Parts: sequence; structure tokens; C-alpha cells
Amino acid sequence: MYLYDDFDRTLLAERVAEFRGQVARRLTGELNEDEFRSLRLMNGIYLQLHAYMLRIAIPYGTLASDQMRKLAYVARRYDRGYGHFTTRQNIQFHWIKLAELPDAMADLADARLHGMQTSGNCVRNITTDQWAGVAPDEIEDPRIWAELLRQHLTLHPEFSFLPRKFKIAVSAAQHDRAALAIHDLSVRLHRNGAGETGFEIGVGGGLGRTPFLTKIIKPFLAKRDLLSYVEAVLRLYNQYGRRDNIYKARIKILVHELGAERFGKEVEAEWQAIKDGTLALDPAIIADIAARFRYPDYERLEDNPAALATARKSDARFAAWLDNSVSNHKVPGYAIVTLSLKPIGKTPGDCTAEQMDAIADLADRYSFGEIRVGHEQNLALPHVAQRDLPALFAGLDAIGVAIPNVNLISDIIACPGLDYCSLANARAIPVAQEISKRFADLDIARGLGRLHINISGCINACGHHHVGHIGILGVEKNGEEFYQVTIGGRADEQAQLGTLIGPAVPYDDVADVVEDIAEAYLDLRERPDELFIDTVKRLGVEPFKERVYATR
Amino acid sequence: MPLVKSGKVVEDRYVRVADGEPVPEQGAVIVSADRFLADADELGQRSDPVGVIWPNNRNVADLEPHLPKLALVALVFPAYKDGRAYSQARLLRERYRFRGELRATGQVLRDQFLFLVRAGFDSFEVVKPADALAFEEATKRYSVFFQPTGDGRVTVARVRSGREAQAPQRQPERLSA
Repeated sequence: MYLYDDFDRTLLAERVAEFRGQVARRLTGELNEDEFRSLRLMNGIYLQLHAYMLRIAIPYGTLASDQMRKLAYVARRYDRGYGHFTTRQNIQFHWIKLAELPDAMADLADARLHGMQTSGNCVRNITTDQWAGVAPDEIEDPRIWAELLRQHLTLHPEFSFLPRKFKIAVSAAQHDRAALAIHDLSVRLHRNGAGETGFEIGVGGGLGRTPFLTKIIKPFLAKRDLLSYVEAVLRLYNQYGRRDNIYKARIKILVHELGAERFGKEVEAEWQAIKDGTLALDPAIIADIAARFRYPDYERLEDNPAALATARKSDARFAAWLDNSVSNHKVPGYAIVTLSLKPIGKTPGDCTAEQMDAIADLADRYSFGEIRVGHEQNLALPHVAQRDLPALFAGLDAIGVAIPNVNLISDIIACPGLDYCSLANARAIPVAQEISKRFADLDIARGLGRLHINISGCINACGHHHVGHIGILGVEKNGEEFYQVTIGGRADEQAQLGTLIGPAVPYDDVADVVEDIAEAYLDLRERPDELFIDTVKRLGVEPFKERVYATR
Repeated sequence: MPLVKSGKVVEDRYVRVADGEPVPEQGAVIVSADRFLADADELGQRSDPVGVIWPNNRNVADLEPHLPKLALVALVFPAYKDGRAYSQARLLRERYRFRGELRATGQVLRDQFLFLVRAGFDSFEVVKPADALAFEEATKRYSVFFQPTGDGRVTVARVRSGREAQAPQRQPERLSA
């Protein structure tokens, strides 16, 4: 956990007071909706189809049990008893009244939670690997760097009115669980030839109507230089990013128009002018932040205790969950447990207040009071003793979050779509629900292996459809919902944009198309352990396209 | 449009001279960037103050050689969500060491005041009279600052690492009503 101090608490109190004043000015008409818009957006408040929506940041995906209970409280008190976890380590409440927003924010601030910079044209919540600090394959805890960046970029006086939103992700592991390549700025910790740890910096990734993956502009940046380098990137973007067209305002367009090499040179020149100034990080400041990340007092335990083997033999459901939802931890005798928020036929990422309270209790009992939120819209308990897994399974199963479909075809990422969002052209949630029903049989889903479906209800791509193994994008044609299907996308360390397989299909056909693609894969794969994504890579889209459109 | 300087609403002693109009011999004047660059030498001879309005899509590095002749630089916010002038202000103050008056013009609302002050602005042409009167309150809204900028406010990192002795200026209260 990260320990907040009086500075953090004071800032949140001041922010709530400021927002209370802004809402009062809006309610009296002193601020018009256009003026209020940027101010509310910078506090995570959108005006959606039915009501205001409040988006709360979960910095680097780490949540304490008391914070989860506060989210449950807010869901009950101000919303309709549930919240929705998003693809960027945030949670959204979709039914909040404007006049009650300041009170909701004050309640959240009591638990060190806020919606600052979760929307608007500013630096958004900085995300990382949801397994940060516990993943066996990381070289150090990336959250230290995410937190340094978070502090530096909170209410930054120069960068609070950028051309467009700016998303940063940080990862320190071999496997990219933070989807680095689709961010405006990516920070990857790695070791150089001399064995020093530093950052590889990428810029210009992003989805939306013009998708790009990041381009590396700095292969190795020393740790002391992180803030100054990011400042240089943002200063160029703030001055030269396009402001004439909202669809061309992200940094990806600036990088594309200038070329990554030239953009990198411009950054380098700006950075040289500031790198030895006040932003150079001295070791005391880094150490101070690192010291605020507290790790549990782990017991000395052996891997694979006898109790686990016994439970596995006696309970097939437990065994299936263990194989699917439990991952290796860097400390012997412990495990990372993923909680699927993808029950068959329900909304991906939704969590009820009752579930939140129960998860908080289970986290206290079995995970040192800590919960993680991942970009796949699932949760995790990061510090579970392996001997406790059977008891934890029973607790999670009782509230419906032990479905062993993690990373399978029914573990779908979807945006809220036309059911909530004023930008959407088509529904996303009902499409996800229908697909998950088709693959409700876990034996069939397991037989398909790892397979990620991502669904967006419009070109803004909040469901990251370009990087789904199967990507589904809702479009509107003559007042009807149609869906474009891509395959072969991925958001990990081998990030790739998917390829369109053919003309868009109507709403009623989407689940059939997914079934066709799944069947084609089963016929085409070389071996049972060749993943869908590898079969697409080997054969291209053509054989899938033939299968899908043969009868359409 | 009220002008705020040193935290108070004051009278503007500068007169804006349109391109093509003669520059008066006496009194403080503000001219456009094109006019200033065309007549920089002549304007530099004036004994009374000269200021320039610098658009937000023009590199402030072009102004650097002329800064000693300028008493005022006015930067522009065509819409308050257009934040280019924040970068220009910091460059003028922190890189080019401009010490004259740095004025924010255009769509300037109270919600920007603290950002503007932190970026180096010290005078403000404010759209709404009520906002001008709220200047003091708006700039004291926050007591916690993370970024070292040219305004010299002490950052949290320096206090935490023991380089500056300063507690938060306000104790956090319980937030809920």
C-alpha cells in the first residue's frame, strides 16, 4: 500500500472545497455549462445519456479494503448500488445527481479517493501492471515511478489545459500487463547493457479513429531524469499539439505528422535545457516515495502446501478455479488471485456494493487488506497464502466472482456503449452478454485457450477493440447498429493492431460471427496449444474471413 | 474588463495601440507582435513603457533579444481551455528571465488564477468582475504544491525529504458534511 500523508489529505480537502464552489456557481448560473464543462471534467464528471457519471481514479490499480468499502458506500448512497470498473484502473458511477456530487467527492476523499484528472484534456490517471510489487517477472516495483509521476502531474500549472487527454502507463515486468503500447506515453523499466536500471520511453500510442502504437524515442533514460523528460514531452505537446480538430489533437497525430525521429530530437533539445534543473530527481526524493510503499509482513511458507493438493483432488470446481484464476507470486507460499467480474450474461466490470463489501472483508482476511484493479476490468487479491486458497475460493464463489473464465473467451472487455454513453453509436454490453452466453460452457471456453474479445460502442475505442484478439466495433448505418470485426490485435509486449476481416455485420449476427471464428480456429490450429492469436499470426485473416462470410 | 495586479483590481495604465495608428509620444502602450518586431528599435527608444501582445502560436524564443526593451508581455488565452500560453509564460520567466509584467488576456476565469500565478503571470485581464474580486480567495485555494516552477512556492517533495521545514499550511478537516 501507499501511505498518504497530511499533504495528500490537505490537497484533497482543498480540491473538494473548490469543486463545491464550482457546482454552486453552476447551479446559480454564474458559470454556464460550457465553462463548467472543463471544470467538471477535470474532476472526473461526465454528462451522459441519463445522468452525470463520476469516474474515480485508482492510482496504479492499488486499493485498500477501507477504500473498497467507501466505494460500496458511495454506490449505495449516491448511485444504484453498483459501480463499473473501467479499462484504465478507474471505477465509474453512472447515476449521480449534480447537487450531490460534492458530497460524494467529500465522502470519497475521506478514504483518500478522488476523481481528479480522470477526464478532461489533462494528464489522466497513471496506470501500471495490476500485479506490481508481487509479480515474479518484474525487476522492481513500477508504482514508485507511477507515484512520482502522479504527484508531479497533479494540478500541474503548465499542463492542465492540453490539446487533448494524455495517458501514461508504467511497467517493470517482462510481460506487459499494462498495455504500454496504446498509451500517449509509455515508461518501461529495464536494465541496460551495463546492468543499470532505467526507462525506455515510447510516445504516440492511442486508439480511437486513428490507432497507433507507441514509438520508442528514448531507449534508455536514467532514473534521475524521468520528470524532466516527461516535462519536455508535455511542453512540446502543449505548444505544438493540434487544437484545430479534436480528432487530430492527441499526441499520436503530432508524432505521426512530425515523424517519431524528429519529435524525439525536439524532445531531446527541450530536455537538455531543463534536465539539470529543479526536476532532476535526487535519491532522497526517490527513497522517500519508495518508503511509502509498504509491503505485507509475509510469513515464511512453502509453495504447494499439502492442504492445497488435498482440496484440488476433492473438489473439481476448486481445481478448475485454481488452474485458471491463481497466479504465481514472487514470495514462496503466496499467490495472486484474479477475481472475474465477467459472470456469464452480465455486464463486464460491474460490481455491486454487496460484492465490494464482501471483497473488502476477504481482502482483510486473506490478502493483507489489499485489492488490485486491472485494465481487463477484473480485480485481484495480491497477497494470498496458498494454504488459504480453498477458504478464499468458498468466499469468492459465494459472491459470484470465482468464475474460472479469466483470459478466456467470456472474459470480455467492453465499454459502457449506447446503454449509458452519449458518444456511443451502438450497444456494447448486450453484445458481450450474448457472446458470454454462447460460451458459457467452461469446457468449450477452456478448449479455445487464451482469447481476448474487446468491444467498443464507437470509434473512440474505450473497449480497446483494435487490440483485442477479436475486436468488435459498433458503428451506425442508416439508424441501425452494425459491427466491424477485427482479429489478430494484442496489447501486450508484442502489441499489434487487429485486421478487419470484412464488411460490418448486423447486431443479431455478432455472436454467430464470433462462433464461426472460434470454430475456424479449432479447425486451423496446428496443435491444441497453439493460441488463437498465434494461429492468426501464422495464417493471416484470410481463412477466418472465408469462414465468416461463406454463408453471409 | 477589470485588470487585477498584485491581488487587487487596478486601473490599466497601458493604452492599446492598433496597427496603423500612431504611437503616442508619452504614456505606456501595448502593440501587436508584428508591429513590435517591425518597429522594435524605434519603440525601444521610448522613455515610457512599451508592451507587446504575443499570440499563443508564436515561439517566445523570437522575443528573447527584445526582452530588455519590454516592460510588459501580454499572452493570450483565446479560450480558457487553450493552455499554450502557460508554457510560453514559464519559458519567458524561467528560461529567458523576463522580469517585466506578464499579463494574461482573453478568456481568463478565476479557476485559472492559481495556475497562471504558478506559471509566472502577475497581471490578469479578467472577463467577469466577480472573478476579479475573488482573486485573493482563488489563489489561496490550495496550499499543497508538487511542481517546482518559477514562482518559488515550496514543493511537497522538498519538505518531505527534509530540505525545507514547512508543515502543510492548513490542517485537513473532516470532509463530509
